[in-house]
Order: sequence, then C-alpha cells, then structure tokens
Amino acid sequence: MNLSLIKTMIAAALITTVASCTDKLDLLPTNDVTANIVYSTPEGYKQALAKVYGAYALTGNTGPAGNKDIQGSIDEGNFTDFLRTYWYAQELSTDEAVLGWSDPGLPDFHNMNWSPTNSALTGLYYRSLFQITLANDFLRQSTDAKISEHGITGSDADVIKSYRSEVRFLRAFQYWVLMDLYGTPAFVTEDDVLGADLPQQIQRADLFLYVESELKAIETELLDPRSNEYGRADKAAAWALLARLYLNSEVYTGTERYSDAITYSKKVIDAGYSLSNDYRNLFLADNHKNKNEFILTINYDGVRSQSFGGTSFITHAAVGGSMPAQSFGISGGWGGIRTTENLPKLFPDYSGTADKRAQFYQDGQNIEIKDISSFTDGFGVTKFRNVTQAGVAGSSLDYSDIDFPLFRLPEMYLIYAEATLRGGAGGDKATAITYINKMRERAYMNTSGNVNDISLDFILDERARELYWEGFRRTDLIRYKKFVENSYLWPWKGGSKNGQEVESYRTLFPIPSDDLTANPNLKQNAGYN
Amino acid sequence: MKKQYLKKISLFLFLAMLTNLAFAQTGSISGQVIDETNEPVIGASILLSGTTIATSTDENGNYTLSGVPAGNQTLIIRYIGYLNQEQQILVSGNTTLNIQLEVDDLLLDEVVVVGYGTQKKSDLTGSIASVSSDDFQQGAITTPEQLISGKIAGVAITSNNGAPGSGSTIRIRGGASLNASNDPLIVIDGVPVSNSSISGAANPLNLINPNDIENFTVLKDASATAIYGSRASNGVILITTKKGKSGATKINFSSQFSIATPYKQADVLSADQFREYVNTYGNDTYKSLLGTANTDWQKEIYQNAPSTDNNISISGSLKNYLPYRISVGYLNQDGILKTGNLDRMTAAVNLSPTLLNNHLKVNINVKGTYSKNKFANLDAIGAAVSFDPTKPVYSGNDNYGGYYEILDPDPTSSTGIKQLAPRNPLSLLKQKDDRSTVQRSIGNIQLDYSLPFLTDLHANLNLGYDISKGEGTIVIPESAASSYRRFQDDNQNFFSGVNNQYKQTQQNQLLEFYLNYGKDLDFWNSRLDVVGGYAYQAFSTTNYNYGDYSFDGQLRPGSTPLYEFDKPENRLVSFYGRANYTINDRYLLTATVRTDGSSRFSKENRWATFPSAALAWKIIDEPFMTDSKVISDLKLRIGYGITGQQEGIGNYDYISYYNLSTESAQYQFGDDFYNMYRPGGYYYNRKWEQTATSNIGLDYGFLNNRITGSLDLYYKKTSDLLNEIGQSAGTNFSNKIVANVGSMENKGIEFGLNAQAIQRDNFNWDIGFNMTYNKNEITRLTIEDNPTSPGNKYAGISGGTGQTVQIFSVNYPRSTFYVYQQVYGEDGLPLDGIFVDRNKDGVVNENDLYHYQNSDPKLYFGLSSNVNYKKWTAGFSLRASYDNYIYNNVFSNTGIERNILNPLVYLNNGSTDVLNSHISGNINGDRALLSDYYIQNGSFIRMDNINIGYNFGKILKNAGDLNIGFNIQNAFVITDYKGVDPELGNGIDNNLYPRPRTYVLGLNLSF
Repeated sequence: MNLSLIKTMIAAALITTVASCTDKLDLLPTNDVTANIVYSTPEGYKQALAKVYGAYALTGNTGPAGNKDIQGSIDEGNFTDFLRTYWYAQELSTDEAVLGWSDPGLPDFHNMNWSPTNSALTGLYYRSLFQITLANDFLRQSTDAKISEHGITGSDADVIKSYRSEVRFLRAFQYWVLMDLYGTPAFVTEDDVLGADLPQQIQRADLFLYVESELKAIETELLDPRSNEYGRADKAAAWALLARLYLNSEVYTGTERYSDAITYSKKVIDAGYSLSNDYRNLFLADNHKNKNEFILTINYDGVRSQSFGGTSFITHAAVGGSMPAQSFGISGGWGGIRTTENLPKLFPDYSGTADKRAQFYQDGQNIEIKDISSFTDGFGVTKFRNVTQAGVAGSSLDYSDIDFPLFRLPEMYLIYAEATLRGGAGGDKATAITYINKMRERAYMNTSGNVNDISLDFILDERARELYWEGFRRTDLIRYKKFVENSYLWPWKGGSKNGQEVESYRTLFPIPSDDLTANPNLKQNAGYN
Repeated sequence: MKKQYLKKISLFLFLAMLTNLAFAQTGSISGQVIDETNEPVIGASILLSGTTIATSTDENGNYTLSGVPAGNQTLIIRYIGYLNQEQQILVSGNTTLNIQLEVDDLLLDEVVVVGYGTQKKSDLTGSIASVSSDDFQQGAITTPEQLISGKIAGVAITSNNGAPGSGSTIRIRGGASLNASNDPLIVIDGVPVSNSSISGAANPLNLINPNDIENFTVLKDASATAIYGSRASNGVILITTKKGKSGATKINFSSQFSIATPYKQADVLSADQFREYVNTYGNDTYKSLLGTANTDWQKEIYQNAPSTDNNISISGSLKNYLPYRISVGYLNQDGILKTGNLDRMTAAVNLSPTLLNNHLKVNINVKGTYSKNKFANLDAIGAAVSFDPTKPVYSGNDNYGGYYEILDPDPTSSTGIKQLAPRNPLSLLKQKDDRSTVQRSIGNIQLDYSLPFLTDLHANLNLGYDISKGEGTIVIPESAASSYRRFQDDNQNFFSGVNNQYKQTQQNQLLEFYLNYGKDLDFWNSRLDVVGGYAYQAFSTTNYNYGDYSFDGQLRPGSTPLYEFDKPENRLVSFYGRANYTINDRYLLTATVRTDGSSRFSKENRWATFPSAALAWKIIDEPFMTDSKVISDLKLRIGYGITGQQEGIGNYDYISYYNLSTESAQYQFGDDFYNMYRPGGYYYNRKWEQTATSNIGLDYGFLNNRITGSLDLYYKKTSDLLNEIGQSAGTNFSNKIVANVGSMENKGIEFGLNAQAIQRDNFNWDIGFNMTYNKNEITRLTIEDNPTSPGNKYAGISGGTGQTVQIFSVNYPRSTFYVYQQVYGEDGLPLDGIFVDRNKDGVVNENDLYHYQNSDPKLYFGLSSNVNYKKWTAGFSLRASYDNYIYNNVFSNTGIERNILNPLVYLNNGSTDVLNSHISGNINGDRALLSDYYIQNGSFIRMDNINIGYNFGKILKNAGDLNIGFNIQNAFVITDYKGVDPELGNGIDNNLYPRPRTYVLGLNLSF
C-alpha cells in the first residue's frame, strides 16, 4: 500500500507536469478576440471601421473614460481627445480663447511658451498617429487577398473595399493635422510592417505632397458628395481638405497653390450644399439637421458616444459665472474658457442684435481680462449649447449630443474668396463677394450686413466671425503672419497683459519629447532644443 | 540535573543490555524517544552510524531498528529543534534504548521555515529573518503583516491608512521594479497566495486572522528567495500558522476591547479665521456667500470607534494520534470615519497526523473567513477639509436629505446644487451605503512520505487552493446631493441615487511535488541535502459586470455591459531544486535553481531559469575561536542569485487582441451606432524582469549570545526592467508598452541587534533594534539615450487634471519629485507664482522642472523593548524614518486663495498654510501646484505601541492561566511635518484616512 501510494503521487505529478508543459501555458482572453475573428465578417469590418472613425471622437473603448487609447500618465479626458487637444492648440494660442485652469501646460498655450513635454501637445500628436495606425491596420486587413481569405465576396467585399478610401481619407486628414501643427512628424503607412522598424521623419513639404497625392488618389473612389452615411467621408470631404491644404500651401511648402484652392473649394460649393437658415442652430444638440451645410462631422451622442472631450468639453468648459446651465443643456459648467476682447470687437455689437453670429455672454463678465484665472474676465461664448432647436436638453446633461463639423460650406466660400484675393486663377472677386454675402445674409437674417467689397484683412476677420471656436484660428493667423509677430496683438499674447510678439519658431509646435525618446530617427523642430 | 538523570538511565540500560550480549549475532534496538517534557517525539530519525539502517519514531515515540550487528554501535538521533544525540550502545539481541532529547536552546538553533523545507537557523546561508508570535507587534491588529511592522531590518511595512482592515505597502529592500509589482511574494503554509485585491475587501491579507499566525519568515536575499524563482525579486514572506501539538488539550481564549480615537486632523481654517480671510481677500460676491455657523467638519465626520476581537483556539492530540488545532475568531471594528465597519469571522483547522508507521506525515490546513464590510465614503475626508466652515450641518429643510449643500444660484440648474463644489461631508457618509461580503478560504494538504526502502528520501506532495468571493452593493438614496438627478431617460425624466452591485470570484490552485534527500557522507564529515520539485499554480479571477442603476432601479442608458463577465487567468509551471552541502558543520554551501514557465509570455520567452549560490562559514566553530569569551557566535554569509518578476503586467498582451467598445463608446454612422473593435497594444518580446542580488552578511553573538544580530550588505540590480516605455508613434497600437527596457539598482545595509540587557530570575529586559539604509537609483530607462527627455512622469495629484509630481529619471531614485524651484522674497516667504528659470532660456516652462528629493526614507529604524518583572510585563515598539520627503497635496490644493475664493463662485475651506504662504494659485497656478515649497521633510518617530501586562497565574484550581494587558497603539508621532501624518506609502499627502490612536484592553486565558 505504501508503495502504491507513492507511485500514485509520482504518477499524478508526472502527468500534470507533462500536460502542463505542453498546453497549460497557452491561455486566451475571455472576451477579446484576434484579428482573424474580427475580420471574418462584414459586420466585423464595419466595427473596425467604426474604431478608425471613432478614434477622433472618443478617448477609448469605454465611455466616458476608463479603457483609454492613449496610455501613460497624461489624463485621458483632458489630454488624449482629438478635438479637445486640437482645440487647445488651435484656439487657446490665439485671441479667440483663454482658459483659467491650472492643468499642466494649458496656460502655456495662451502664454505661448509651450515646451516639448506639454501634455496636450503630446496627447494630440499620439492621438493623430493612433488614428493613422488604426487606418494602416485596417488597410492591411482589408486587401483583396485578406477579404477573400475570409471568404467574403460579392457586394459585401465591394463595400469593404469602399471603406478603404474613407480610411485613407482619415489618415490624410490626420497627416494634414500633424503637418499643420508639428510640421515634421513620424511617417508610417500600411506598407510598414507593424513594429518592425522605427519610422522615418517626414519633412513638411514632403508630407504636403503625400497628403495631396492620397486625397487625389481617393478623390474618385469615394462616394459622391452627400451620398454616404452621415458621419462618413465622401468626395466633398476630400475636396474640402484639398482646398484647405492648397490655401495654406505657402506656409507648408513655400509655394503658393491658390488656383488649386479655388478649384477644389469650387468643387465643394457646386456639389449641392446650402447654408442652413439660422447660424444659431449650427452648434446645438440636434445640429445633425444641418446636413445640407456640413460636409463631414465628428459625431457625438450623450448616451452612446461619451467622453470628456469633443463638444462635451467645449460646452461645459465654456459655462461659468452666472451663465445658466439649463440653456446649455448641461448640469453645470466647468468654468474654463472665454474669449479675449479681440473677438467680440469684430462684431457690430456684442449681443448679436445685428450679426447673429455674435454669441457672447456678458452678464457679470468683464470684456477686459485682468486675471486669466478668473472666469468672469473675458466674455463667455454661447455658440455651443447642448439643447435642441426646440430648447430641449440633449440626451444627457453630462455629455453632449452636438456634432462637430470638421468641414462646412462657409469655409469653402471663405477659401474661394481669399484664394481669389491672393491672386489664384479660376476665381473672380464678384463671385467671392456673392459667397461672402450669402454668409452674411444668413448671419444678419437680412441684407443689411452685405458688403460691396472685400479685402484680405476683411476675410481674416470674417473667418473669425464665422468660424470662431471651430479650430481654425491659429492656422489662419499664421497664414496672415499675425501669430507670432508684433503686428497683431491680443491680451496676454506671449504672457504679457497687452500682448507681445514671441519667437518665430512657435508657428510650429515641438515634436513631443516622448516620441523623440522612442524614435531616434526624429529631430526636434528648430528652436525647441 | 536532567542530564544526570539521563545518564543514570543510560547506564542502567547499558548494563541491562550487557547481560544479553552473549546470546545473539545480530539484534535489534528499540525504545522510546521523548522530549524535555517527557512527551513522546513523533518522527525523530534514528540512524545506526556507518550503516543505512535507519527508522523514525511512531506516534508514540517508539522505534525499532532490526538487523543491527551485535557489538558496540553508535546510534544517531535527530529531530528538528533538538540537539542531535549520539548514543553508544552495546547491541546484543533485543536491546532497548530510551532516549530523551535535549532542546537546542541556543536561540540561533531555532528552526526556520525556508522555501520547500526547514533549516536550523545556524545552518542558514541566506539573509533570512524570522519573527515568532512572542515578538509580534501587540495591540488591536487586524491584518497579518502589521504583526512584524518595524521588527525586521530591510522590511518596511507601511499601513495604507487608518481604515478598518486596511492593508499595507510592504517593501523588502526597496522593491525591485518600476512599473511592475514591488510587492513580495506571500506564502501561507506553503501556498503562494495571490496579491491581487479582492472586490469588497479592503485588503486581501486581512482575510487571514493574525491570531492564527505562529511565525513570519522573511527571505530577503536571492540565495534565499531564488527557489521561488520568477516571483522572488521583491522578497518572500513565509507565513506559518499555528498547529496542533501532541500532549494535553489546550484551550486558549483571548479577548480584546479597543477604542480608536482620531489622533490628528488636517489643520484648516476655523470658521472665524475663514470669515476673516474671505472678508480680507474676497470681493463682495464672495463675502455674500459667508454663513454664520461654526462647523468643524472634521469633528463631524470622525468618531471614537470601539472594536472587539475575540478568539478561541483548542489544540491537542486525539489519542496521541491526530494532533489538531481549531480556532475561531470574531472581530468587529468600527472606523473612526463614521459609518465604516469591519465584521470578520474566521475559522482555522489544522490536522497533522502521522500515518503508515510514521512514514507518512500529513498536514492539513483549512482557513476560512467570512467578512462583512461597510465602507465609509472616503470622499468625506477631502470634503471635510474643503467644506465651508461657516455653514451648518443641516439646512433646516428637507432638500437633499436635510443636509446643507452648496446650492447653485442658477435657477435653471437641473440639480440645484453647485457643480464641482464639495458635498456635505456628513451627507457623503450617511447617504452612501457601501457594503460587501467577502469569503475566502485558503487550504492545503501536504503529504510528506519517507520511503520505507530509503528513509532519508522524502516525497512531498502539496495540494493547495485559495478561493474567494467578494460581492457588494452600493446604495445611495434619491435625496443625496452626491448623485441627485444624475441621469435622464429618453423622455427627459431625471433619475437619482444609486443601486448597484458588484461581484468577483477568484480560484487559485496549487500542485507541488518535491523529493528531499539527505545523507551524511563518508568524507570530510560532510552532509548533503537535496530538494528537487515541480510546481503548478493557476490563478483565475472572474469579474462580473453589471449595469448602473438609479436608486429606484432605472438602468442608466448606455451602461448595459457587453459581457456578463470577464475571466482573466494566468498560470505558472515550475521546476526547482536545492542542494545544501555542509562540511565539518562549519562550511555550508547552498545552491538553488528554479525554472519557471509563465502563460503571460510568448512561447519563445516563456521559460527562464533563476539560479543562486551561497556560502556560509561558521567562524565561531573554528578552533581559533574556541577560547573567545566575548564572541559567542560568528558566521559569515555570502550569496548571489538571480530572481524574476512578472506581476503587474497584462495576462495576454504578447499578441494584439481586439477589444469591443462598450455601449457608451460607440460611433455613429447615419442613424446607427456601432461598437468599435480596437486592436490592443502588444509586446511580443516581453519576458521576466530579472534581479541579480549579491549579499554579504555577518551573524554575530556576544556574551554567550546575550547580544545577537546580523549585519547585511546587499546590492540588487534589476535588468530587463518591466518598464512602461514610449512606443515610437505609429509602430504599435499603444503609445506606451510595458517592455523589458532599463535597469535599476538598490544598494543597502541592514543591521539588526537583539540584546538581553538584563537576565535575572525575576527580571528580564530584552531590546531589539534594527536599521536599514537603502539607496535606489534608476540606471537606464530607454533603448536609446535621449538627454532632452527627462523621463517618465507619474503620480497624479489633486489640483489640476493630469498633473503629476514624480518622475522616473536615469541617475535618480525611483520616487524622485519633479517640481519647479520656488523663488522666495527677502521675508523668506514664497513669491507667488515666481519660479527659477533653471535652464535660463528666458521662459519658465516644463523645461525648468527639476529633480528634488524623493519620497523613500534614506534610513529607517525599528526599536522594541520588553521588560518582565515578576508577573509584570511592559514594552514598547517604535519605528523611525529619516529623510523621507512628502508632497503636501493638502497644502498645495487647498491652502491657496484660488481654492478658498473659488473661481466657480463658491467658498472652500483650506489649509491654514494659506495664511503663511500667501500663494494665490492664480498666478502661474499650474506651476505653483508643482512648487518645491510643497515638498516637505517627513522624517518621523512613531511610537507604534506601548504595552503593559500582568499575569495573574492560575485563576482556577491548577488551571486557567490569565494575562491581562493594556496597550496604546500609535501613541504618538514626533515629526516636523506639517500635514496630518508623515507616513505615506507613495509620498503624496492627499487626504489620507488618518491613523487613529487606539487604546486596547486585552485578556488572555489558557487552560
């Protein structure tokens, strides 16, 4: 009996050993799956496509936060959302917005003394490249070979192929963002094997050529304007981005391309879009009703697409002081962003009596900013409100339903006009004035604001009036050489109450330290070393 | 006297045997082995010297050796904890030899549990410290690790906070990792337990009743820990629970009653100071917000908290055949933060029979815990610091449950409450019901079989389990301000309150099998002991997912979970071996090796081998030492080994998995919403973090070992550091990956001393002292050096979303602060918002942050003293920490004008530091938060415990030994630190649940 016991013990141990060594150490997650399963069905492809798009709408896979896309110590809600960080970079660095919080690096935008470790700039850079990485993955997983490998054929396969050009559009869009803000990012495409080699750095002018070539390549493949699902890119989106690209070509490459800007803005203008009736309905909870004017939107939903970024951020952060929460469709404001006096002073009056685009909150607010940290210094902006046209609050008081238009028709009018004034071929000033007056008639709700003549400076001001807080200002001021220069000042520009010029290298943001550390192929932008 | 008695017996036996001599050529020896109390010794090994004839004693202590050649023979008797005995005997026919063993009463020769076996303390070659129940910390201790707090050099145990049952941060020699775990491996009765937390338990270890613990052994250097291979880098703590002993049945009853009292609170403005401040610095808007009440909010939320702890144990042996111990404990502890309570029932059973003619030793342990927790809402602590002291506790109306809340003047506000303002601290406590029930059972059956044909060969099988279930509910009534109208449905109806549940189960299994062989060798008077084994351990957790409900059960839209549960698992397969080789009982060699395979790594990196070797030289046994009258013990130890670490990383992420987003993270195309598939970041080449440890130690004893102790020097170098490194953008689905990049060093000195200062019949005084110096330095963090990158920031703080205050940087210690250098005025006060432009580039920005101090102490100490005088005992135990720095987040976040006169137009109370520093937070506020002004020295001396006790002796007729004791725990803290408590696991002081001072009255009765 003794012997048999010991035999049993040894046998038991040996059996377990052998079994263990072979397969006990191969474990799979309970709910997560491999690429082969995701891409085995058309539905899986669409859910993967949803992530490629959703990467610029949400901060992770759990709403509003908790399963984040961008890792590390930077705060998910504050510094990893595309629109929120893009907005910080494009608006806080200008006369259109100031922010009173003590979050790390945020005051640096208005003070124009940001550094390569700035959290928002780091988050935005990685966010853009995250969307690009997802796009590359999607393109690798959706080749003809892969689709047929998964047994998907016929119209299902065609639909998946059509996703590819949209994914390339999204990638081109983010490369445009990187080119505009950072100039010389790391560059990867679907041809790079994931993780094999460190990416090379691309120069700004080369990136311009790449974005241009990509957009032109997909221009014909994308669905016709206004024929795709809401929230998905079509031909007009590609044209609109090309128009924007060409308008700023001189900044990016040193060579002007105003004629191309006219060509492509005209393509969009002629694609059947029209202005909505009331400007004040453009940034409300039910602003998806403006499909006639919006070319491409980032879609948000208070219940199903939650984050602390996007329009939830803009809506909440803009409310403070005595601003009534109910009229913003939120449970309470975060008391953060206002505007400097430069913006309201572009309008005939502050209260929007004449020009309805002047949506400012003045009650208890000082137009002059003595103390940036005090919410009541600087006018509030009421452009974004999470209520419907009928005045009903959005689906949640904590997360906004407002969709954010990345491209809308008036920008195309303004590009056409500016490119024409800057000497581009193919446009004419009379048409430009017609376009401008379409916008102004909508803004004034009559013809009293119409203009007979336009100048480049007028266009810059008109862009501010029409597009303020939509993420254009920094790019516009750079194009007009008013961003770092002494020729145009605003309160607290460069950290000085009356404003002061700053170093010229600040027209580009620095490549984040994190990527310089991870990738020795990268060189820092001039001035930041 | 005893010895003489023994000699007489021996002589008698010897003579008796002589008479039989002439009648047999071979014979047998039989007899009984007894211990110092005349109880039979079970399992003592009996060897006929120079032969392989051997046996061991049965349950009655009897043995028989047969086939013994006649004539003069030598019998060697061994039993752990007793001196080896050699008995000369003249064998003739059936010879009888009864033996009484002598206790190995040298303290040094106590037996110490080591990995997969035991060893005499004097034979240890590694750095191993052991603390037994006699030397445990006293008082109301609810979680095991606190028993040895401050008792062992190199082991820092910091209780996380003062909440009932709260856990501790344990660091042995500073820990070996950055992003992976720094927690030691904990092995309870041979079962390595999972360190992972259990839902609903404040701390997984508190599910073990400290009263059931007999001994802690801490394995510190690699030569001791390497037998645990891949989990050994942070040290190993072996916990042995109490076992049954043969002999008369013993019943022990202990009862404690204690009262915890709030010891110290954050120093905030009084209502009058607050009014004065607001009237001085605030504008009319703020002045108009002032109230007339005088409320000390901290006084409102804290209380004197009673607790009782009752334990009863019965131990003995059934018919001298089945030693057993059964214990039951019941603890009920209130927290000093109102509404918190821990109610814990524990039971433990140990059976240790010896079967099959003494060949099979069985050891069965089953421990069970049923714990009910009521968690006080910790948000109340910060709220009590911040809530306006000029406001009353109750509003006088029925809104929000009658509690005063800061209201929003905006009449259109959906909740009526000021967003982002603190909530009434008492309402946070009273209007949140957070309860859990946690059950845990740990058990194992260990079979040790000595082979009949080869008694020196033992086969040991250990089957263990650790299962737990935690589940709980969180209920907040509809009236509570904290979740008033927190969501709405499609029809714009509001829903309030919370009615949620959570549940988690864990199932961990262990199978271990090892062979143990020991043999005295014929040459060099040497002995070889060898252990070789196999282990399989599986860890499995099931996390159940639930929706988020309002108080009345309305599901919050978008909160429906996608999956019912998630079940993360990981497994370890191991082979290990150890050889101890002793020459002349003077030179000791130990070599261990362990090969581990982990499911967390790819096939290529799955297996790794962790070797160690150590050498010890008992100098005291050398001939040249025999004359020393002063030195009574001297042993030199040298060891080196490599250990591993795999905790704190994902279970599966060596390949990329796609994760489907939740219902609240969908993307809209057209009118439809899609859950999104996201590929996950991965790191195929991930492998074990490896730590190479060198240790040199000296164990010493003076004056007949009235003074003993050790001195150890160590150097630990961790390479292939599991370190969260940035991924080059575009090359992975995650920008940060825990990869094997970087290295880190820990260097240290440990010194321990125990002295019997006075040793008389009625008067004893024992003193224990230990000291640890540890220096940590990160030596590499990235694949490529980038001098422009400061490193990896971490440690989020309150005051700015995303602000961090510490950094991992090359050439600096792990816990270094990364802050701005404050500029001070001529009056010595900080200049508001002015910082040194350290890189002199004309702007103050993140490039001007600098490394300043760190949160780990440079030195730490433990001192304990115990005096026995007749029937009285008195003792104390204190700890000290030197040059541990603290970021005072309470000062930085609340002691600023911007907090008190909040820009969102409400009033907050704050630290009185605002009256000294006058930092506004409005000028360069994001940098002011990171001013080095807030980095403060936290050196401290803490009197952990002062105790006094009296032994009443037998209170019944010859039975009922009664002890009564009185303790003060956390009696006082001496420190210059201005915050509540300088003892913080992570160096950031942000509304710590304060550690109470506790008065404990205890009695212990044994029969």
